[in-house]
Amino acid sequence: MNFLPLWRYQNQLIDGAIVTLELTVIAAVAGLLIGVAGAVALKGRVTPLRWLVRAYIELFRNTPSLIQIFIVFFVLPNFGLKLPAFEAACVALSLYFGAYSVEIIRAGLDSVPKNQIEAGQCLGLSTWQVFRHILLPPALRNAYPAVTSQFVLLLLGTSLASQVATDELFHVAGFIESRTYRSFEVYAVICAVYFAMAMSFKALFAVIGAAAFRWPRRR
Amino acid sequence: MRSFSLIDLVSLVEALRWTVALVVLALAFGTPLALGLALGRISRSAALRWTMAACIQIIQSVPLLGLLFFFYFGMPVFLGIQVPATVAVTVAYTLYTAAFLGEIWRGGLEAVKQAQWEAGACLGLSAWQQFRHIIAPQALRLSLPPTVGFLVQLIKGTSLASILGFVELARAGQVVSAATFQPLLTYALVAAIYFALCLPLTLWSRSLEARLDGSR
Repeated sequence: MNFLPLWRYQNQLIDGAIVTLELTVIAAVAGLLIGVAGAVALKGRVTPLRWLVRAYIELFRNTPSLIQIFIVFFVLPNFGLKLPAFEAACVALSLYFGAYSVEIIRAGLDSVPKNQIEAGQCLGLSTWQVFRHILLPPALRNAYPAVTSQFVLLLLGTSLASQVATDELFHVAGFIESRTYRSFEVYAVICAVYFAMAMSFKALFAVIGAAAFRWPRRR
Repeated sequence: MRSFSLIDLVSLVEALRWTVALVVLALAFGTPLALGLALGRISRSAALRWTMAACIQIIQSVPLLGLLFFFYFGMPVFLGIQVPATVAVTVAYTLYTAAFLGEIWRGGLEAVKQAQWEAGACLGLSAWQQFRHIIAPQALRLSLPPTVGFLVQLIKGTSLASILGFVELARAGQVVSAATFQPLLTYALVAAIYFALCLPLTLWSRSLEARLDGSR
């Protein structure tokens, strides 16, 4: 076991980690937008749209992320949509994260008892005011833990983008391995970097959660 | 180049055996370990609780792909002997399963009220009897839906073994796709097979959850 030969590659590791973070953040933001849109559509009255969203959720949650990345990267070019590796990974991961987000956000909205909304309406609040002051705060608080843990899973899941040669952390691992032949050491270091990133995000989310959701908890 | 034929379909279905085998192996070794982790997490000894929590945190904070590579290349380093790829992959999936199921089951065990243990103690039951006859049945009911949900994650996760060259469904798909130059048809089929495996489990998990909700 010899970790010394890896030391020269620290810049590549940092670059890889940055691409991993970029992938994660882009997919998380896009996925959450999909999640909000999907949750609104699920709550809406347009039945075909509801079916479409349901089909999307089931399709993306019941097939492996790896296959989805392959389909976006290898199959979409047949339809004239040729995406570079990074963009293809972004699209695939966004859609994957989006499918989970819809369910999480819908569950968050559903967690607010209906009579609270009715109470707001009785007080003469407008639809927007009801949404902003009554529905949104508890829905956010209830969805927050699920969103953050899904975010960490997304961070770890970006490692699959290495399989279509996106220059993220895991792909960098393959590169360093091919240069140094120190397979075990490389992947031990890579795992440690992912671990550090995941733990940092968990700590950050815990702090944000504690600061943002301070009002008394329902028991 | 040749066209997609029946033989390709057969090779996909045959590769499915390995996907199923990986799931069965992961569950066979992972569930006892998960039970140990879950019990450790609710034990009276603080040291034991922290150790188990740390193990779970570490495994859950590393990508499954990372775990696979770590053990694939690490087993020979730890043991000093070459082990078959199947063993390394099984170890990685076992730990993955144990960490996630352990955490799910801990949630189930903790959801059963403390008073239930005490009631058992008052009836003169031993700690094991309390667990076996009072806590476990209730915890099992509570944690069954997420357990089935995790099974879906595990099935999807076995696709990563393809990256180590393990010929299961995803790998067979890559091979067929490369041989026939028909990625559209091949990957659509592979996705459909995974979907056919996972959807019933997802629906089952959801119906279990709905039933639980009604009974409470």
